[in-house]
Amino acid sequence: MSTKSTNVIAGNGNKDVKLPIYMDNHATTRTDPRVVEEMLPYFTEKYGNAASRNHEFGWVAEQAVEQARERIAKLIGATAKEIIFTSGATESDNLAIKGVAEMYKEKGNHIITQAIEHKAVLDTCKRLEKYGFRVTYLPVQKDGRIDLDDLKRAMDDKTILVTIMAANNEIGVLQPIREIGALCHERGVLFHTDAVQQIGKVPFNVIQDNVDIASISAHKLYGPKGVGALYVRRKNPRVQLVAQIDGGGHERGMRSGTLNVTGIVGFGKACAIAGSDMAEEAKYLAGLRDRLKDAIMGQLDEVYINGSMEHRLPGNLNISFAYVEGESLLMGINDIAVSSGSACTSATLEPSYVLKGLGAGDDLAHSSIRFGLGRFNTAAEVDYVAERVVDTVRRLRELSPLYEMAKEGIDLTKVQWAAEPAH
Amino acid sequence: MAYSDKVLDHYTNPRNVGSLDKASQEVGTGLVGAPECGDVMKLQIKVNPTTNIIEDAKFKTFGCGSAIASSSLATEWVKGKTVDEALGIRNTDIVKELSLPPVKIHCSVLAEDAIRAAIGDWKKKNGQTQTQGQPQSVAVEQRA
Repeated sequence: MSTKSTNVIAGNGNKDVKLPIYMDNHATTRTDPRVVEEMLPYFTEKYGNAASRNHEFGWVAEQAVEQARERIAKLIGATAKEIIFTSGATESDNLAIKGVAEMYKEKGNHIITQAIEHKAVLDTCKRLEKYGFRVTYLPVQKDGRIDLDDLKRAMDDKTILVTIMAANNEIGVLQPIREIGALCHERGVLFHTDAVQQIGKVPFNVIQDNVDIASISAHKLYGPKGVGALYVRRKNPRVQLVAQIDGGGHERGMRSGTLNVTGIVGFGKACAIAGSDMAEEAKYLAGLRDRLKDAIMGQLDEVYINGSMEHRLPGNLNISFAYVEGESLLMGINDIAVSSGSACTSATLEPSYVLKGLGAGDDLAHSSIRFGLGRFNTAAEVDYVAERVVDTVRRLRELSPLYEMAKEGIDLTKVQWAAEPAH
Repeated sequence: MAYSDKVLDHYTNPRNVGSLDKASQEVGTGLVGAPECGDVMKLQIKVNPTTNIIEDAKFKTFGCGSAIASSSLATEWVKGKTVDEALGIRNTDIVKELSLPPVKIHCSVLAEDAIRAAIGDWKKKNGQTQTQGQPQSVAVEQRA
């Protein structure tokens, strides 16, 4: 079997697959060709600035932006006026959290979030702590979800914002946002959710889910990179934000800067496709995901799924392969694009804080692989990936002193390990 | 991260994978690292009692590709050397040979530690004193 990572056709029974295989759809997605097609005229023909009010080029661009705004709003049950365009979800998270903190600081200084949020939320909260805000980081349970009683207990009369993600980017676990939102509304607290991974994959409705502010990104749902949005509720309650980027007063004064018209057009189209295809696609992805899970778990012992299988994105599978280090596994399957929670694959040399947050233990965090299935994956690809993963895990376990010790009946948790040299 | 050809070669075709009888008088075993740190190396040597030459070496490693390559290379290098010569292998030699980037230097340090731990274990078994600078890095195995 070839391990070359260039475009070779791998024999896999009678089903051929094109290599490399992309299965990292939580990182980003391929821009759907239908999206690209819709964007193209806005580069070379309809290239006006949407803020140009006095000529045809500007009107055409503005009209395209407004159509996209409608499409995005429709996907999440909002109105067009509630959609603020940004450069992406990191900016949206920053605007939501800092914008609320600054606007409502007279009312209170307490913010609640949870341990396995994206860094765009965690680091923003950490910055606010430096400016005198109090932040509660709720723990998650073993299945990756917060305990609503913890949230209730954490709320006090100074709480102004709860920010809890809809779906986690590593383990795909869905938080009980509807219940969280209801609780926030009961207490008069604003609820922001980073819904980047959920929107377009699983139904999300700002009214039914009691969401006041939501971050969205185009490139996670087969749109282009560099464009995102923030949903900001206009009634019951009306949410006000202090702008974090000053300038020409675009986007109702909440986000200045010339609009990325091509990106926004693509974002709108991506949302329109998601709206019509989501239900069918979710079934398709869950089928592929379960096929992958069953093939791997049917052939290997001591593999562990990280996070709830019940409350999970259909395209996500996050597995720890005990006794095998994640980066070495990625190296063995280098014709397949996936991610690992291993320290060696992170810039910080720390294993995944998300998996540690579940109480998985550092050793299992080092051994984890995230498979992110998407619209363009096929059953033949899944079969190929399962086969390569199983072969590589077996090979690396033959190489693993831990696997050998475990098979000899040694309890690895009772071994007194020597201190490792500093990283 | 792009791996050097030599790291890829050792990862794809690791040399001297396996285990020697750790109860044997002629065998020294070094087990260094810790699972929660993401690296564990076991390196074993078999020493000729009359010549002190390392006649065989085996390893098993849990760790990234660079850790696997460093320990694989270490077994190649200790074979045929006397125990004292093997103690002269430095992690910097491994870094150079495998073109390891700075972020992977700890893999080479661990491989040097594994060599020293294996030799230390063999010396202890054979009533020799510990070499100066010997890391106290042989993990203690306890049966469950």
